[in-house]
Amino acid sequence: MITFSDVHKSFGANHVLRGVDLHVARGTSMVIIGGSGTGKSVTLKCVLGLVTPDRGTITVDGQSGSRDAFLSRFGMLFQGAALFDSLPVWQNVAFRLLRTHTKADARAIALDKLRRVGLKPEVADLYPSDLSGGMQKRVGLARAIAADPEIIFFDEPTTGLDPIMAGVINDLIREIVSEMGATTITITHDMTSVRTIADHVAMLHAGRIQWTGPIDQLDHSGDAHVDQFIHGRATGPIEAVR
Amino acid sequence: MTWVTSPLAALGALVLGLLAATGRVALFAASAVSHILRPPFYARAFLQQLVQIGWLSLPVVGLTALFTGGALALQIYAGGARFSAEEVVPSIVAIGMVRELGPVLGGLMVAARVASSIAAEIATMKVTEQIDALVTLSTQPMKYLTVPRILAATLAMPVLVGVGDAIGIMGGYLVGTTRLDFNPAAYLKNTTDFLEFWDVASGLVKGAVFGFIVALMGCYHGMTSGRGAEGVGAATKAAVVSASVLILAANYLLTEAFFAA
Repeated sequence: MITFSDVHKSFGANHVLRGVDLHVARGTSMVIIGGSGTGKSVTLKCVLGLVTPDRGTITVDGQSGSRDAFLSRFGMLFQGAALFDSLPVWQNVAFRLLRTHTKADARAIALDKLRRVGLKPEVADLYPSDLSGGMQKRVGLARAIAADPEIIFFDEPTTGLDPIMAGVINDLIREIVSEMGATTITITHDMTSVRTIADHVAMLHAGRIQWTGPIDQLDHSGDAHVDQFIHGRATGPIEAVR
Repeated sequence: MTWVTSPLAALGALVLGLLAATGRVALFAASAVSHILRPPFYARAFLQQLVQIGWLSLPVVGLTALFTGGALALQIYAGGARFSAEEVVPSIVAIGMVRELGPVLGGLMVAARVASSIAAEIATMKVTEQIDALVTLSTQPMKYLTVPRILAATLAMPVLVGVGDAIGIMGGYLVGTTRLDFNPAAYLKNTTDFLEFWDVASGLVKGAVFGFIVALMGCYHGMTSGRGAEGVGAATKAAVVSASVLILAANYLLTEAFFAA
């Protein structure tokens, strides 16, 4: 469904992506792993049009299409949730819906999505600054699924959360992905997230896809880079100091 | 030869940088104006900004005008006394306030209050990926963030200037009648007799231009801010400094256009 072909992106002398080739099939959950600064977020931002690749193509269903048409099919959970401070929780969740639905309908859908991510209706009228980090992530997740998108991106969904809350978010993502049948790309370096969320895994290293395969082959990939990463070893082909 | 070429190269780089920055601001302004004319329109965001920029700036603009009008009356009285021309205080206070001090000082106070706040808010939104989130929610940041602020500031500023003019004249009246022994009725008559329509209208036009500059600089520096707290701080500072300098420069050009002989 989503295909990256020879995608390059540099920021000045920093060559972040050096020819990314990757295919994400419809209805599957792809998790991209890799060390900090290897270009995982840039990869997602290239699909969304937030960053323009220097070279290569990214197609959805075989078409590069207009960005507006693309974006109407996407939902995204940002690393820091990226909730709008000036809007109450329900308006954050219903932000896109408020353009196409009445206010009452949009609020009703927002409350339903909040309930889906385990938040009570009382949260709806609070502001993001009133919420804990874990609650903000859940609101971000509710916003990502509010318009029932075909494609959802999760950027470091468990970063900054305690292990229990991280587990809750991982389980929620897995449940939502399964019940919605959405195509998802998650970027993370949290191996618990990888094992909970992924159908397929791709490892990004030195600006290219180092290895990709089904989750059940991750522990037997035969790739020294993958082995070092998933076991968190300081020594190996990946330099600890980058 | 390096001692000759180095300063020239630095000067050239400075000029090129200035021209490039001017070009970027001009393109940003053109894009903002073009978005004002095309739907969708965010009426609620516009009304919120009208309150934030217009209504909530009234106290600072009013107080600035009040004290400026009072001080102006004292200065003109002291200066006029050297030529036995103390009676010109009401008319000069009125003309000075509506043509120059009302719009310029009002503009500078709004620049300090509003340009900084807009730049800090938008820069923080950028740093925390809220602007990226807007894009993924099929919303153009230029339309949702910049247009309501520029429109609200451009429309609110003339009203603020008008109110500031009236309060400034009242400041002069209070000082004139309580400290300088002016007859209240004569003070008011002298104020109204010498004030012309264009004196007031030119100040209001200046106000609209200054409002546009304030919001444009706040939005531009917010949208182009660097990363982290340092980026937000730098954007805020740049917004206030550039808005203030541009207001003073625009004031000279407008005065030249309106009143040059």
